Amino acid sequence: MAIACALLGVFLILRRDAMIGHGLAHVTFAGVALGLLLHVLPLITALAVAVLTALMIVKLKEKAGIYGDTAIAIFSSVGFALGILIISLAKGFNVDLFGYLFGDILAISVSEVWLSITLAVVIFIIIIVNYHKFLFMTFDRETAKASGVKVERLDILLTILTAITVVLGMKVVGILLVSALIVIPSASGLQIASNFKYATIVSAIIAVSSVVLGLFASVYFDFPASGSIVMISFILFLLIFTVKQLRK
Amino acid sequence: MALSVSKHEQLIDIENISFSYGNTKVLVDVKFSISSGDFLAIIGPNGSGKTTLIRIMLGLLKPSHGKICIMGKPVGEFRDWHKIGYVPQKATHIDTLFPVSVKEVVEMGLVSSKVFPKIKKRDEEQLIKRALKYVGMQGYINQRIGNLSGGQQQRIFIARAIVNHPHILFLDEPTTGVDAEMQECFYDMLNDLNKKEGITIVLITHDIGILNKHVSQVACLNQRLVYHGTHKEFCSSGVFKEMLADGHHVITHKH
Repeated sequence: MAIACALLGVFLILRRDAMIGHGLAHVTFAGVALGLLLHVLPLITALAVAVLTALMIVKLKEKAGIYGDTAIAIFSSVGFALGILIISLAKGFNVDLFGYLFGDILAISVSEVWLSITLAVVIFIIIIVNYHKFLFMTFDRETAKASGVKVERLDILLTILTAITVVLGMKVVGILLVSALIVIPSASGLQIASNFKYATIVSAIIAVSSVVLGLFASVYFDFPASGSIVMISFILFLLIFTVKQLRK
Repeated sequence: MALSVSKHEQLIDIENISFSYGNTKVLVDVKFSISSGDFLAIIGPNGSGKTTLIRIMLGLLKPSHGKICIMGKPVGEFRDWHKIGYVPQKATHIDTLFPVSVKEVVEMGLVSSKVFPKIKKRDEEQLIKRALKYVGMQGYINQRIGNLSGGQQQRIFIARAIVNHPHILFLDEPTTGVDAEMQECFYDMLNDLNKKEGITIVLITHDIGILNKHVSQVACLNQRLVYHGTHKEFCSSGVFKEMLADGHHVITHKH
């Protein structure tokens, strides 16, 4: 999952879409609340709501001609508001919801683990298969389109992959922090990369290191895993930034 | 690398194309054709519809009226995009922070042929190296493109456009931001691609000076097609004299 986050993050940052993970995470909150209300596995309802919203964001950008960050801001607020309304409808699952908001890696069920592993592998394969097309349209959208790359379809695919990744990450680092796992390791990798392939590899290594070191830190210091993972990724970002500045 | 397309075979048919942005008419009933081996310059004042016409030819815009056929197929049904090379107007206005190497940029030109027919990795390497050698940039293969000058970047974008051995190469004001000396080399390179490699060139330019030197056909637009024919006829025509009188001896411009 960390690798999928990093790979997607590199494309999203360069497309100026870094905040889409944050926006979709807020929408996921409504999906989780809906799942708890209907007594359905929240991962499933969150997936459905996040993917549906991802499609609406792409369509709103395309058809209404509004900026991407505006579309994200609209859906992000509406998603969170909807979540709050659902909670008020059915009282009593605030404790469960708390685990989704801030992450609770120990509370992940076996079925959720298998679903997450399967989806993460599928996401990874889809990114690798479409790697060159994603790169081309991120770098030069018009020429990619003129070369026969179906950029509109790939926009939708990339946004759906982001939605699924956000849902997978929410149990580990929580709805409020999942976008950090998409953005921070990729931002670190992009600082030092001389080419795109290297940027994706370095970002993936930083993402995996952040998760592993974060989990160790949470066990060793008895910290919450979500906070530890994000803080470790930020420390790595700062380290890279400092080394880069010193080398200048 | 030379192509086997027979000379004077009709490659593009532009049939009564009209296009408007809202209520603003940009192209009105434009009709002409481009044959294999042509070195066509599309000229005209700013806002005359030059870029719009190329974008319609590439399927990036849909005309409000008329039809374009590429190699006998309507542009909407055309699938052999690897036979087309394109260098857009603002190719060098790239994000300099984008971490992409010269090799990766040229490799993008192979995307349209990556699925079928499958190109093996080793063949790709050869194609990339050959394209870079053609534009004189073989020594820069691992450089980050953002670190290169505007003229060097433009050469890389030409390499990307020709890496697939296209039949037609579209260039939209490729010398914008390139110094005069580099422009000469650049046009010589285009001439080689046209004469030696048999690639049909379609070039939007404001540089009327290039017409005498390399171009075989001229299409002059001003919403409508004002002139279409050989450059020799064009140079002796009233249209050319009018353009010179209007101060159109412009080498480069910025939109």
